[in-house]
Amino acid sequence: MLLVLLLAPLFTAFVRKVKARLLRRQGLSLIQPYRDLVRLMRKEVVLAESASWLFRIVPYLIFAATWVAASLVPTFRTGLLFSWSADLIAIIALIGSGRFFLALAGMDVGTSFGGIGSSREVMIASLAEPAMIMIVFTLALIAGSTQLSTIAAFMTSPAVGLRVSLGLALIALVMVAIAENGRIPIDNPATHLELTMVHEAMVLEYSGRHLALIELSTWLKLILYVSLIGCLFAPWGIESAGAALPTLAVGVAAYVGKLAIGGFLLALFETSIAKMRVFRVPEFLGAALMLGLLATLLRFVSGSF
Amino acid sequence: MTLTSVLACAAVLLALGPLAVALGHSRVATRLVYGTSMVASAVSLAAAIVHLIGAVVPESITLPVGVPWLGAHLRIDALSAFFLLVVDLGAMSASLFALGYGRHETAAGRVLPFYPAFLAGMTLVVLADDAFTYLLSWEFMSLTSWALVMSHHRVPDNVRAGYVYLVMASFGTLALLLAFGLLAGPDGLYTFSQMRGAHPSAALGALVLILALVGAGSKAGLVPLHVWLPLAHPAAPSHVSGLMSGVMTKVAVYGFLRIVFDLAGEPSWWWSIVVLAFAGVTTVMGVLYALMQHDLKRLLAYHTVENIGIIFIGLGLALAFKTFGMDFAAALAFTAALLHVFNHSLFKSLLFFGAGAVLGATGERDMEHLGGLIHRMPQTAFVFLIGCVAISALPPLNGFVSEWLTFQAILLSPQLPAWGLKLLVPAVGALLALAAALAAACFVKAYGVTFLGRPRTRAAEAAAETDRYSLAAMMLLAALCLFAGILPGFFIDALAPVSTALIGAHMPAQSGSQWFSIVPIAASRSSYDGLLVFMFMIISGTLAASAIHRLASDRLRRAPAWDCGYPDVSPTTQYSATSFAQPIRRVFGTVVFRAREHVQVPPPGDTRPARLIAELHDLIWDAIYAPLVVGIGIAADRLNRLQFLTIRQFLTLVFCTLVVLLLVLAVWS
Repeated sequence: MLLVLLLAPLFTAFVRKVKARLLRRQGLSLIQPYRDLVRLMRKEVVLAESASWLFRIVPYLIFAATWVAASLVPTFRTGLLFSWSADLIAIIALIGSGRFFLALAGMDVGTSFGGIGSSREVMIASLAEPAMIMIVFTLALIAGSTQLSTIAAFMTSPAVGLRVSLGLALIALVMVAIAENGRIPIDNPATHLELTMVHEAMVLEYSGRHLALIELSTWLKLILYVSLIGCLFAPWGIESAGAALPTLAVGVAAYVGKLAIGGFLLALFETSIAKMRVFRVPEFLGAALMLGLLATLLRFVSGSF
Repeated sequence: MTLTSVLACAAVLLALGPLAVALGHSRVATRLVYGTSMVASAVSLAAAIVHLIGAVVPESITLPVGVPWLGAHLRIDALSAFFLLVVDLGAMSASLFALGYGRHETAAGRVLPFYPAFLAGMTLVVLADDAFTYLLSWEFMSLTSWALVMSHHRVPDNVRAGYVYLVMASFGTLALLLAFGLLAGPDGLYTFSQMRGAHPSAALGALVLILALVGAGSKAGLVPLHVWLPLAHPAAPSHVSGLMSGVMTKVAVYGFLRIVFDLAGEPSWWWSIVVLAFAGVTTVMGVLYALMQHDLKRLLAYHTVENIGIIFIGLGLALAFKTFGMDFAAALAFTAALLHVFNHSLFKSLLFFGAGAVLGATGERDMEHLGGLIHRMPQTAFVFLIGCVAISALPPLNGFVSEWLTFQAILLSPQLPAWGLKLLVPAVGALLALAAALAAACFVKAYGVTFLGRPRTRAAEAAAETDRYSLAAMMLLAALCLFAGILPGFFIDALAPVSTALIGAHMPAQSGSQWFSIVPIAASRSSYDGLLVFMFMIISGTLAASAIHRLASDRLRRAPAWDCGYPDVSPTTQYSATSFAQPIRRVFGTVVFRAREHVQVPPPGDTRPARLIAELHDLIWDAIYAPLVVGIGIAADRLNRLQFLTIRQFLTLVFCTLVVLLLVLAVWS
């Protein structure tokens, strides 16, 4: 649980650094997000006059939902304590809870920027979430379980093989992950001065410790998705529950390696593509949904795909 | 024992109606009617719980009323007991709510006599054990609720709502009448126990299924028979809206269950295809319609359509599994559907009560005239938020549990051998996931526009917190939502006798599993633990809060909103319900509603503002109902001439009819 929490800012910093280097810039130091957090925590909160109690508790709710979801994803070993308390569908729904409250917070102050962010966020989510559920269906039908530990264990076993449906699911999952985390080409995490912004518009009124928590939740969500892709589609190095310490060290190293590769690919993708118009997003996500549905249908039609 | 006490409660409720007429619309009458209704429902609720938990054997009784040679057969079994529980829980909370809310009622004289009668009607429908009693109670329920819809009959919209409702209700009853007629057969086997023994043929069973789907579906709100629902539910006083949406639609589900799962004999495999197709379309259409609304109560009514779709998805899956002998999976799907029946009755009543509280405080149902109510009505805002989270199927509340179970049932369906189902079920799963996500979007809009932001009108600015009876009712329901969300195992176990009675199997007992988790199939396959998820969220939330407040700054300053440096003081610059739904309208609505937007710019020199006009078409109404209305009008005009025939022509007509009938008889035999 603590591992993801501590790694999340570092991972974001890593992605930013790689992006900067790809653009031949120096980039900020890797510990800059930690500094940002400390700085935000120290500052006072400037609360809009029309903000309600909901606006003040939402950062804690989002943080709690995202952290619980992130700590239920196996990172370097399966058989986590209480991993049975929520399966993959529940993890997605938990992230959904976080988004629900964030969208409400965007509406709370009563500004047009908050509204635009919330309205677009729910539009994106209304397509990304079913696509995600379809991906879960595909995986669950292959592994015979929606339990993340079981799926991960199945994926390491030789019974998996190369399957068409898995390939489709992987592509769809990457697309959903990009949309869910508000990365380019869906949304630009680096600025809030762009007319097509989504996430940054919702959190525009936040400041101080509240903003720190929301930023941290965003970073947690990013590392959650990368861990999820890693644990589902690159499950090498994930140790089972009773592994000895040296093998666990290998697992940790493999996990860090996976994060590094994932972060590098993300940065590479983001620098090589332009942001798309907001009304092209549904096409992008519709494609993800169709891929997910196709993968599920293949599984329904035949067990061998 | 339980049956007699429930019947006694129903009798009290029936007697209360005439008494309310006698008392007129005094303060005392309001207290007396709602107070007594609440007590009677509570007693009846206790009896239903005892019957369901105690797994008592079915009880039946024959009363010497109704058709002379038949009498009125009444029976309580596990299925009736469960639906009785839903009815009585809704009735109890609605009566409690109305103790406060009913005081503001301007037309109390038109609400009070019908309200207890409506409750009694719903109770009798779920207890009826012969076709005659069933249809009589069903019509009684429809007519009393129609009278309640018409209680503010001077509002022009309500008159239309009442008319459409009456037509659709009669149509539904006609379908049910024919279904029971087919089941009773030429020998007139009117009691349900005789029908159960009759084993109708496959063709007859199929006809009964279609009629039951039309009859019960029109009451429950299956698309395309839903048209009356968003008109009639909002027109009634809010506690009645809550009952109609949260409870009466469930009575319709009961009717469908009773006929299709209990009376119609062995199902064919394609039955489930029909049910699933209707259910899938209903789910998504309901929520898309809801997203386009800006009337709070109408939005909630459309959401009922969506949730009925979810319930029917569960029932369709149960039918599919049952026909192929997968009893265990059928029990899972069936339990998911029943749990959603219970859950929806909780949060839909809660949300309608919340809308009623808003209506009472501001006099407004239109969300575009509300806003910022969280400051003026903090407690209502809190319980309404719980309802919103629950209906959006988000953990750790109860809506998520039943949808999760439905998803688990869908994941068992690749084992179905029929190809049609193999292709349909994943599509239905995608529709269900889409509807869940859209529902969350819709409730962000409903809550955000109504309760958050800044007040858009004077009325919203001057609102005050609602009374304590209403709050108590809403808090009771909100607490139940949370309880059913974090400890769903108890509720699943309570449904075991119902599932055993109709499916022949039930889900494994959940109460023994560790940490109150629910494990529908096997622990390695899937499990969900609402309690732990809830506790984790509480712990990590408090941990974060306490750490931050101890280590970091806890200073706070109020300032004008930042809004990226361009704050506009006018509350009209906020996002409204229509603008919030614009992206979704553009993505989905262009196809489903033929939504178009155009900007009307006045010519140069004209000082009027430019207007953005959004166009929406209700294609279902345009394609099915509008031609029907026109057709009936034309037919009525033609038939009108029959009134002005001469006596000879009339006699010829009668003679011809006689000859034709005799010919038919001759050919038939």
